[in-house]
Amino acid sequence: MTEQSATADQELPVIARFEVRRRSYLAPDGKVLRQLPAFAADADVLHSLYRGMVLTRTFDLKAVSLQRTGRLGTYAVSLGQEGVSVGVASAMREEDVIVPSYRDNGALLWRGMKMEEILLFWGGDERGNRSSGPAHDLPYCIPVGSQAPHAAGVAYAFFLRKQPRVAVCLFGDGATSKGDLWEAMNFAGVWKLPVIFVANNNQWAISVPLKLQTASETLAQKAIAAGFAGEQVDGNDVIAVHAAMADAIADARAGKGPRLIEALTYRLSDHTTADDAGRYRPAEEVQARWKEEPIARLRSYLVSQKVWGKSDEEELVADCQQRVEAAVERYLAVGPRAPETMFDYLYAELPKVYASQREQLKRSRQGRSDG
Amino acid sequence: MAEVTLVEAVTLALARAMDEDPNVVVLGEDVGVNGGVFRATAGLQQRFGADRVIDTPLAELLISGLCVGMATQGLKPVCEIQFMGFMYPCIDQLVNHASRMRTRTQGRLSCPMVLRTPYGAGIRAPEHHSESTEAMLAHIPGLRVVTPSSPERAYGLLLAAIRDPDPVVFLEPTRIYRAAKGNVEDDGEALPLDVAFILREGRDVTLISWGAMVKETSAAAEELAADGIDAEVIDLATLKPYDEDTVLSSVGKTGRCVIVHEAARTGGFGAEIAALIAERGLLSLLAPVVRVTGYDTIVPLPRLEQEYMPSVGRIVAAARNACQSG
Repeated sequence: MTEQSATADQELPVIARFEVRRRSYLAPDGKVLRQLPAFAADADVLHSLYRGMVLTRTFDLKAVSLQRTGRLGTYAVSLGQEGVSVGVASAMREEDVIVPSYRDNGALLWRGMKMEEILLFWGGDERGNRSSGPAHDLPYCIPVGSQAPHAAGVAYAFFLRKQPRVAVCLFGDGATSKGDLWEAMNFAGVWKLPVIFVANNNQWAISVPLKLQTASETLAQKAIAAGFAGEQVDGNDVIAVHAAMADAIADARAGKGPRLIEALTYRLSDHTTADDAGRYRPAEEVQARWKEEPIARLRSYLVSQKVWGKSDEEELVADCQQRVEAAVERYLAVGPRAPETMFDYLYAELPKVYASQREQLKRSRQGRSDG
Repeated sequence: MAEVTLVEAVTLALARAMDEDPNVVVLGEDVGVNGGVFRATAGLQQRFGADRVIDTPLAELLISGLCVGMATQGLKPVCEIQFMGFMYPCIDQLVNHASRMRTRTQGRLSCPMVLRTPYGAGIRAPEHHSESTEAMLAHIPGLRVVTPSSPERAYGLLLAAIRDPDPVVFLEPTRIYRAAKGNVEDDGEALPLDVAFILREGRDVTLISWGAMVKETSAAAEELAADGIDAEVIDLATLKPYDEDTVLSSVGKTGRCVIVHEAARTGGFGAEIAALIAERGLLSLLAPVVRVTGYDTIVPLPRLEQEYMPSVGRIVAAARNACQSG
């Protein structure tokens, strides 16, 4: 019976074929795998990508130490994924809109959000999300994948107004299991919206490895059912991420519709400062992945091209540390908020009926400080 | 001025809002070519184009999430969820995003969207088409929850909801979509949100309701009048934030209060009103506050749904009882 079906199957015509390509330029040791994209000939461009990644890592490590010493709340570290964050944001224009997850610090820094603002948000204060980045950018999204429909909505606004702008949505591999992402990609495909979906495939959704997340061979192929292309890119190769994003964004800006970019990387850190990855993944695996991380990779290439040296590195490290320390000082100097300000942005105008609750809170605070 | 049904008043308000503001877009399942399963968006796509009256894929989470994204960029999306029973995938977007976008960005972004959905029992619909879960929505800080009980209020309140700078859930009582008729002037005049409407003034007992049940509540007031009981009828209209002052001043005057809603009793919005009166109006009460509500059951399929919903008789009996005390 089975054999018969198999025979019959072979006689049926193939009506569709799909393929997914993977983009990478630099091997983990920084050796060139294939001809680099044109922008990589400009050492200034590569230096700025490198600086962006080093600043992100310096900032991240400092944020963890702030959390460990009780000066920051739970924090989502992006260690090892700086290539994705920086590669994506560096391909965007100011007027584009980023729709980030909670682990995209490098991208938000690149967009102009200040380090003290990021710290303020993770330090438990909404004022951080006011952000000095573009006012139209969306804030961190915590519920996994729920930002994907926002990106489609943002892109629809550009489409309706005929603006040459692009929405870029970042999420992790875990989000690809949610309907939210599928619904957003499906709609974006129907309307050929200017939106790029970026799956930051860091292999782990807290403790759940990719193989328990999906049986799909790639995450990139999830775009195919939505009617547009998916591309896999080495997320630890910032040149590849930037190149893939630049292509996708240019096409979207030209009205050619959405794309899904799956960036392969690895979460070298715990999920957050509240997590202990040692409970669920072997140290050897992490150790091996350290050999592929994006910063050393680009540095090896830059050094091999003789456009980066020891003194450049020392200068950069010192500069990043100084900037981070200065930002931390500004963060720690932010004064407290009056408790009743929790009402201030609830509605455009606080409904009369809640004014008494606001007053009550204000009075109870005054009572405490008086007494 | 023309006599229109409640659903026609919705259409008039949508058309008016789209006409006066190019940022207003309408989206949902079957809202375009088909004009909506209840015809609430009839003719809008022909008039405003398929880009502004969007037939979306069948995906409620998407529809509400699109609204959030659109609204952050200055559009004013008005989505239709075909029935309230299908809106639960939208709760994530309402709780986690729409209601808090302004707060979590400290005013940098906002979410001026309207989610419209028909709700309530009494139209002999299949399963899942008859619930009234407005109390769940009214519990969400940062939202407005509005429900009209007449064509005039449907028109004026929907216009207000669309113009409002914050997210509004607009619940349309299915049972009176066509049963309620009224003279609506399409003059672009909005009605105030957050304000309850006193539909009938009275001295003896306050009857509070909203949505479709205002019909039975008003009928009960007429029946009570024949008995010499002078009932005041309040249509709460906006459940979030609701007009506490009008409730308290009415109960302060009458000393008696009957709250009528077709949603299940426990944790229904009537409980909130009863609690308000207990906190701030207890000393003016001449009789216990009474709730006349749906039962704490699953809303039954059509053969029993009339038994489930509060009837004029139940409301009258409750009010008479209240008037016998004190």
